[in-house]
Amino acid sequence: MLSIAEKDLGTPKRESAELVTLTIDGQEVTVPAGTSVMRAAALSDVKIPKLCATEQLEAFGSCRLCLVQIEGMKGLPASCTTPVAPGMKVTTQNKQLADIRRGVMELYISDHPLDCLTCPANGHCELQDMAGVVGLREVRYGYEGANHLSAEKDTSNPYFTFDASKCIVCSRCVRACDEQQGTFALTIQNRGFESTVSASQNVPFMDSECVSCGACVQACPTATLSEKSLIENGQAEHSITTTCAYCGVGCSFRAEMKGEEVVRMVPNMDGHANHGHSCVKGRFAIGYATHSDRIVKPMIRSKITDPWREVSWEEAIGYAASELKRIQATYGRDSIGGITSSRCTNEETYLVQKLVRAGFGNNNVDTCARVCHSPTGYGLKNTLGESAGTQNFDSVMKADVIFVIGANPTDGHPVFASQMKRRLRQGAKLIVADPRRIDLVRTPHIEAEQHLKLRPGTNVALINSLAHVIVAEGLVKEDFVRARCEMPSFEKWRNFVAQERNSPEAMEAVTGVPAADVRAAARLYATGGNGAIYYGLGVTEHSQGSTMVMGIANLAMATGNVGREGVGVNPLRGQNNVQGSCDMGSFPHEFPGYRHVSDDSVRALFEDAWGMKLLGEPGLRIPNMFEAALDGEFKGLYIEGEDIAQSDPNTQHVTAALTSMECIIVQDLFLNESAKFAHVFLPGSSFLEKDGTFTNAERRISPVRKVMKPKSGYADWEITQLLSNAVGYPMNYTHPSEIMDEIARLTPTFTGVSFDRIDELGSIQWPCNAEHPEGTPTMHIGEFVRGKGKFLVTEYVPTAEKVNARYPLILTTGRILSQYNVGAQTRRTENNAWHDEDRLEIHPQDAEDRGIAEGDWVGIESRAGDTVLRARVTERVQPGVVYTTFHFPESGANVITTDNSDWATNCPEYKVTAVQAVRVSQPSEWQKRFREFSETQETLLKSAADVMFVAK
Amino acid sequence: MSNDAVAGKDTAVAEHGSEGHGTSEHLVKMANDIGHFFGAEPEREDAIAGIANHIAKFWTKRMRDKLTAHIKSDGDAGLDELPREALRRLAAQPAAQPAAKQAAH
Repeated sequence: MLSIAEKDLGTPKRESAELVTLTIDGQEVTVPAGTSVMRAAALSDVKIPKLCATEQLEAFGSCRLCLVQIEGMKGLPASCTTPVAPGMKVTTQNKQLADIRRGVMELYISDHPLDCLTCPANGHCELQDMAGVVGLREVRYGYEGANHLSAEKDTSNPYFTFDASKCIVCSRCVRACDEQQGTFALTIQNRGFESTVSASQNVPFMDSECVSCGACVQACPTATLSEKSLIENGQAEHSITTTCAYCGVGCSFRAEMKGEEVVRMVPNMDGHANHGHSCVKGRFAIGYATHSDRIVKPMIRSKITDPWREVSWEEAIGYAASELKRIQATYGRDSIGGITSSRCTNEETYLVQKLVRAGFGNNNVDTCARVCHSPTGYGLKNTLGESAGTQNFDSVMKADVIFVIGANPTDGHPVFASQMKRRLRQGAKLIVADPRRIDLVRTPHIEAEQHLKLRPGTNVALINSLAHVIVAEGLVKEDFVRARCEMPSFEKWRNFVAQERNSPEAMEAVTGVPAADVRAAARLYATGGNGAIYYGLGVTEHSQGSTMVMGIANLAMATGNVGREGVGVNPLRGQNNVQGSCDMGSFPHEFPGYRHVSDDSVRALFEDAWGMKLLGEPGLRIPNMFEAALDGEFKGLYIEGEDIAQSDPNTQHVTAALTSMECIIVQDLFLNESAKFAHVFLPGSSFLEKDGTFTNAERRISPVRKVMKPKSGYADWEITQLLSNAVGYPMNYTHPSEIMDEIARLTPTFTGVSFDRIDELGSIQWPCNAEHPEGTPTMHIGEFVRGKGKFLVTEYVPTAEKVNARYPLILTTGRILSQYNVGAQTRRTENNAWHDEDRLEIHPQDAEDRGIAEGDWVGIESRAGDTVLRARVTERVQPGVVYTTFHFPESGANVITTDNSDWATNCPEYKVTAVQAVRVSQPSEWQKRFREFSETQETLLKSAADVMFVAK
Repeated sequence: MSNDAVAGKDTAVAEHGSEGHGTSEHLVKMANDIGHFFGAEPEREDAIAGIANHIAKFWTKRMRDKLTAHIKSDGDAGLDELPREALRRLAAQPAAQPAAKQAAH
């Protein structure tokens, strides 16, 4: 079912400079060339009946309802498949057309159940609407003949049902799966009367390759494919546009509401990041917001071995503030700090860093981008001049060569992956650099030209050897480099990469990638037209994460692939607001807008605005906080929306640090792993319960809108404000829009941003200021933000994490489509139907050597710790490499990962851990202790019996 | 402006509690890692300046002081030559502020 709030114009929009004027029912209409007659009519409010057409899909011309008469044309063409032509004269209504349409509808209805009054689509069913539009009054064929009315209903998918009895075989679902999602899971099986929609080859949806993106459900004109939430709750009565709280794509959604209840989430056709598409998380996995695990009342305790005690907001905030003050009085100003999260809005992260800098009086504030994309900020700032990606997502539609490095878009950024796959199906070439065979390497109608299957930890060796080929084979875009870059830095870089030791042949022993493949990939990227690099945490989460980001920027500059559409350096951000939390000054050394705290003029600006003397020295980063805690210097921590005990590396080190602290304040939806070490729990609000903004991977600031009241009584920004007032630094915002106004006043790249402006434009890509009043889709046009682009020398330094006889395998980590990050949200939804435990992927050879079979328990031991996971034996990983996801706390993936980190930013090296794997029969010692500790903490929570959310 | 803010109260005790278990191994490793990157600079002076600036820009004063003290008490203490020199130069200018506006690294 389409959104209740959208008007569907029948066929997709066409862009053309050429305008065509035609006449429809006597009315003159002017539209871009290539537009269909159906869309041209709809644009001038002439409604042509339709069933198989929808604006989201290419015209198909199968239902024959949209026939029209066109002067000078034979027969009655389908208006959806007929493009406009100059001077065309179209008639959409006459007796002949009416008779045909009524006849078509009569046939449809003769094989359709007449249970409209109890049908979930009632009121929004296109078939029902069309029956009314054509004036169908009787069905002359009766219902006695053969029909599909007793077809079985497929309820296997947790989120939607497939009721074949209501299917009109319009193919919209099949086309949505092909065109929008690019999975090709659905087909029309058989012919004629036997035609049925089939997932894979006649298997239930859950057993097919369907990824549950929901595009088919949205496309269905009847109730054949219906959300279970719609069936259960009935139709929504209003809709509010907001932004998804999952990955860095930042999809725009219409929350379709019945009062304060979300009936369903429908991706917004006008959404600038997603254009009406979604994934299984954003569309369906929102049940966590009303899960019974949610804590909605504040709690405190003086020791983590004490039971939690439910208290009033006043008492909780008062206690937290008094503890922070006590700790500072005892251990010094620098003994406390705050951590914010990419799951928070811009306004929330801004407030937390303000509270720390102005209220706590130090710069000990950090954000979870520390452990994911901090190297992106550092690497891109130093080469291109701005800590952000260079393009918008739509730019990929103009790319000729797409180079994906250390990212798994179909799992991590599924909606953008669908757009990328669309471009690849149009013929763009694909290069993938990844130790593991990600789905994108070979997927329907797509095959990578090159899959550079490098050894984990050798990214920089690979990028240097690619650069070597570009320099040695004369593929540098000399004119671009001369005009746009610092020549001395280029010369230094060229001399460096040209050295024989950086050649693909010399590096083959390090990377494991055949030199010929590296040469072919380098030639393709440098000479294949528009070359666009997309990268993820497989680049950043290494001891040389920042070096690799610089290496990527070097490569893009050397080949002239920056500063226009279709090219660029595109970090795919893990979480929805990674970009935003970095922009908002959550790093300890930077004010909002990436300005160093030691810059006197910037500091003066903030001191003046905030009315406090501010510190010009950088504060502690998250890993430094842990070290300082273990050194007894850091004792109090305010954590908003982040779960460091699960997501940060070397869990035992982290929990030792947390245990050594005297006051940990956790503001979250759930008693997450970090909250088990906390003394104050402040119940946070979900993205459905507050106003604010998120900034996605394209620098796009999108609105987050409150669709229901906060379950705990306060939105997160209000809680931070209460805490700030209680520690003695007054904040008096009455709405998050005032926070954004303050950000805009203080940040040169945000001066044109306000809630009103965002509402007006739908979303804004920063920089947005006097120079770019509507934002900036493509950066570095004509000139780099830093002036001239700077090449940096990127020497390959092998990681200290080496394999040896004791730890002969390399463990690398990643995520899966159905789960998100630490899983706090998705684990509390039906998404567990796809992935209910983290598994260890191991190559058949390595498995056989160890006597490990599919499903066996495998003990994994590293220098940091050990855990036990079940095996998945697969050739997806190469020999010598094992892989796991980290969505379940009991998996202990981060018990194994080490303290190794990026030299520049201390972003952990999650992607490279030397391990041994052996077959075992029981959980690890850590897992036993974890289980015991978790059970104790659950018991301590139960003592505060009334704090949990109860659905009414 | 509030006079009650926690920040204003206790600069006198700011240094209190700096005696922890005092391991500086991670600081040595961090400094050496930084040294490995800048060590690729063809000019030694550029390498040392790069390291010094990076440390000034991203480390807290207490971290810098701790590593300096560690060198004083423990000789080279596992620290490579370039970062050691960078640290020495930083320590020689106690009021050192990172060169925020310097675009290089």
